[in-house]
Amino acid sequence: MWRPEVEIMATVTLKPTKVPELMFEGYSITPDTFAGKTAAQIADLPGHEGKFVLKLGEFFEVSGNGGETAADTDIVIAGDCTRVKYIGSKMTAGSVTVNGNADMYVGGWMKGGKIHVTGNVDSFCGIQMEGGEILVDGDAKNHVGCAYRGDWRGMRGGTIRIRGSAGNDIGTAMLGGTIIIEKNAFIHVSTHAEGGTVIIKGDVEGRVGGQMVKGEMYVLGTIKFMMPGYQKVGTIEKEVDGATYTFDHYIGDLGERHPKSKGQYVYANLYLKAAA
Amino acid sequence: MSSGEMIVKGGFIIDPTRKINGDVGDIAIKDGKIVEKVSSSAKVIDAKGKVVMAGGVDIHSHVAGPKVNAGRLMRPEDKLRAGVCRSGMAQKNGFRMESGFSIPSVFKTGYEYARMGYSFVMEAAMPPLLAPHTHEEIHDTPIIDEGALPVFANNWFVMEYLRQGEVENTAAYIAWLLKVTKGYGIKLVNPGGTAAWAWGLNCLSLNDRVPYFEITPGEIIKGLIQANEYLGLPHSIHLHQNNLGNPGNYPDTIEALKIAEGFKAKNKFGRESVMHSTHLQFHSYGGEGWKDFCSKSKEVMDYINKQKNITFDLGCVTLDETTTMTADGPFEHHLHGLNHLKWTNVDVEMETAAGVVPYIYDKDVLPNAIQWATGLELALFAKDMDRAFITTDHPNAGPFTRYPRVIKWLMSKKAREATLATMKNTDKVINATYIHGIDRELSLYEIAQMTRSGPAKSLGLAKTYGGLAPGMNGDVSVFDLNYKDMPKDAEKIEAALQRAAWFIKDGGIVVKDGEVVSHGHKKTVWVKVTMPENPQVTRDVSQAFHQGTYTVDISNYPVREYLAPHQSIIDVNVEA
Repeated sequence: MWRPEVEIMATVTLKPTKVPELMFEGYSITPDTFAGKTAAQIADLPGHEGKFVLKLGEFFEVSGNGGETAADTDIVIAGDCTRVKYIGSKMTAGSVTVNGNADMYVGGWMKGGKIHVTGNVDSFCGIQMEGGEILVDGDAKNHVGCAYRGDWRGMRGGTIRIRGSAGNDIGTAMLGGTIIIEKNAFIHVSTHAEGGTVIIKGDVEGRVGGQMVKGEMYVLGTIKFMMPGYQKVGTIEKEVDGATYTFDHYIGDLGERHPKSKGQYVYANLYLKAAA
Repeated sequence: MSSGEMIVKGGFIIDPTRKINGDVGDIAIKDGKIVEKVSSSAKVIDAKGKVVMAGGVDIHSHVAGPKVNAGRLMRPEDKLRAGVCRSGMAQKNGFRMESGFSIPSVFKTGYEYARMGYSFVMEAAMPPLLAPHTHEEIHDTPIIDEGALPVFANNWFVMEYLRQGEVENTAAYIAWLLKVTKGYGIKLVNPGGTAAWAWGLNCLSLNDRVPYFEITPGEIIKGLIQANEYLGLPHSIHLHQNNLGNPGNYPDTIEALKIAEGFKAKNKFGRESVMHSTHLQFHSYGGEGWKDFCSKSKEVMDYINKQKNITFDLGCVTLDETTTMTADGPFEHHLHGLNHLKWTNVDVEMETAAGVVPYIYDKDVLPNAIQWATGLELALFAKDMDRAFITTDHPNAGPFTRYPRVIKWLMSKKAREATLATMKNTDKVINATYIHGIDRELSLYEIAQMTRSGPAKSLGLAKTYGGLAPGMNGDVSVFDLNYKDMPKDAEKIEAALQRAAWFIKDGGIVVKDGEVVSHGHKKTVWVKVTMPENPQVTRDVSQAFHQGTYTVDISNYPVREYLAPHQSIIDVNVEA
C-alpha cells in the first residue's frame, strides 16, 4: 500500500543487539502490534525462543514510538536478522524495512502494507499472503508465496518480488497474486496452483506447473526439464513486468481434472520465452 | 492416587445419580475415593458460589490409535489453528507443548479434557490388529482414564460365526479378542459395509449382503447384541449404523434401532440398555438429495423416547474446520468425492478399514447448517436425558474442545437463535429443521445427566464414574457458575465450562483456575472376560495365524503388559 509523501509517519527503529541462540520468533514485529505503543512498551512485547517467551527488548534496542494506527507505523530494523522469524507476519498496513537478512516466514499471512528486505530471506517468505507487497533485494530460499505444509489454500493476493534467485516450491497451491523472481529458480513452480501469476526472469531447473489447474507462469530463461503434461498451442507476444517478449504458449497440466467455463475447459498457461 | 484427605466445601452440588440438584453441600475425598466425611485436617477447597459435579464421562471420541495418527500426519496445517499450543504451561518443567486443533497431540488431548473437568474418555474404534499402537497412545495421554472399543462388525471370524448362527462361538471369540487387545466392549462400524469396501462395495441398507460372507448388516447387529448379553459385558453394543451421512437415511436408522426390541440387558453393572447408537445426528436426515436435505430428528427421537433399552449420543456439528476419521471406509471415499480434499484410506487385514478426510463445516453452507441444527434437536427432543449423551464424535463433527459450546447452545435458545441469525441461509435452515420452533432450554442438571451419570451408566461404570456418591472415584469438577443465579449471557456458561475452576482426579488436584497443575494418575480401563475354553474358537484363531490368513504371528498380536502399565481391569465371569 503506497501512501502520499506528505503523510507523517512514526518510525520505530529496532537495532539488533544480540544474536539469538536458537531462532527468535519475532511475530510481534508488525506495524499492527507496534501501533499505539511507546518504545518502552514495544521493547516489552513477547516473542518465543524455543519454548520460552522472551521480550523484544532482549534482542533489540528500540527507539521511536509507534503511530496511531498500523498504517502510520514504519518499522526499520537497522541490522541483520538472520535468526529472527515471522517479521511482518499477519500485518495489514504500514511498512517494515530490514537492513540485512531475515529468517523464515517474512510477511507470512500478511494482508497489506509493504516489506522491504535488503539482504536475503530464508524459506516461507510471503506464505499464504493475502495482500500487500514484499520486496527482497537478495535471494530467497524455498517456499516463496506457498501454502502452509499440508494446506491446499495458498497465496491469495499481493506481490512478492525477489531481486535474486529462489529455491524450490514457489507459489505452491497459489490462488492469486503475483510472484516475480528476477534471477533463477530451482524446481516445483506453481505446483497445485489454481490461480495467480509467477514470473521467473532467469532459468528454471524443472517441474514447472505440476498438477496446476489454473493461473499463469512466465519464464524468460530456459526450463531444463519440461513437465510432460504441457502442450504447446502457439506463439504469442506479451508484456511482462514492463517489457514485451515473444513467448511459446503451453497449456496444462493435462494430467489434471480442469474446471469448465462457458463449456470450455480452463487450463493453466505457461509462457516460455521463444528462442531468438 | 493421593492418600491425603480433601473436602470440597460449600458448592452447589449437581449429582443426578443421587438426584441432587443444586443443594449446597460438601464432598469429602479420602484415598482417591469419595467418602462420607473426613477429619478436620483435610485440605479444604473452597467451592462457595460454584457448581460442583462429578468428572465428565465421554462415551465416544477418537483420541488414540492409527487413524488419529494418520490424520495428524496428513494434516500438518491443523496445527496452525492450535491456539493454546504456546500456553504458559508448556514452559513449566515436566509439561509439554500442545499442538493441533481437530486432531490434537496426546498431551493436548489430556490437558484439554482435564480443563473441561472430564475424567474418562472412550476411544471409540480400535482396530484389533493395531491395538498395541492404540494402547501406546492411550498411555501417552496424560491425566484422563481411557478405554478402547475394538471394532467387530466387519471381522471375518464374527461374520463367519454369525452366518451360521453361532452366537456362543462369537461370544467366545469376543472374549478372547477383548483380552488380547485390552478392549472394553463391542464396537460396530458400518456393519458389513466396511468389509464390502474391500470389494469396492458398501452396505447401505440392513438387507444388503456382504460379499462372500453372505450375511446382512441386520444379522450382524442382532448377533452381536445376543453375544454381548450372553457375555454380560459392562457396555452394550456400540453401533455406528449403515448409510451414514446420506440424505434420507432416517428410515434405515429406525429400522436398525428396532433390532434392539425385545432384548433385555443382562449384566451385573447396572446397565439397562442393549444398544448404544452413536453420533445419531449423522443418521437423522430426510430428503432425496442435497437439494431437499432436511432434519428428521423428531421422527428418530419419537421412536427412541419410547424404547427404554437404547442409548444414543449426539455427534453435534460445531461449525469448525475439522478432520473426519472413521472405520467406515466407503463413507470417507464418498466424502472425498464431495469435497475433493485429501484422503487417506487404510485396510486392516481381516478386521476393518479406515479413512481420513478433512472437512470444513461452514455455517453458510446449507447442509452443514442443517446438520448443526439436527444434532442439537436430538437432545432437545429427548425425554430421558440419562439416555442422551453429548458428543461431537470428535473429531468428525467437531473437536471435543467444543463441548462447552454445544452445551451453550443446548442451554440457551438465545444462543441458538444468535448462531442461526448469522447464517447465510437462515430461512432455508428454519424450513428444513425443527430448531427454530423449540423453546426448550436444558438445565445444568440435565447437562450433568448427559455428560456424567448417563454415559457412565451406559458404559457400566456407574459404580465408579459419573457421580459423587461415597465409594465412587474421587473425581470432582468445580465450575465458576452460580447455580442460583445463572449468567444471562450464555457465552459465560461456555467460558466457565471450558476452564474448570478446580478439577480433582482420584483425590489429587489436577486443574486449578483453568490451568493444569499436575499430570495425575491415568488408568487404562479394560474388560477381562473369564469363561470356559471354547475349543473350536481356539482352533479357528490359531489356524488363522498359522495358515497365514494373518500376516503377523500370534505372539506379536496381543497388547503386551508394558504398553498399558496402569491398568484398571473389570472382571466379567461367564458360567458354562
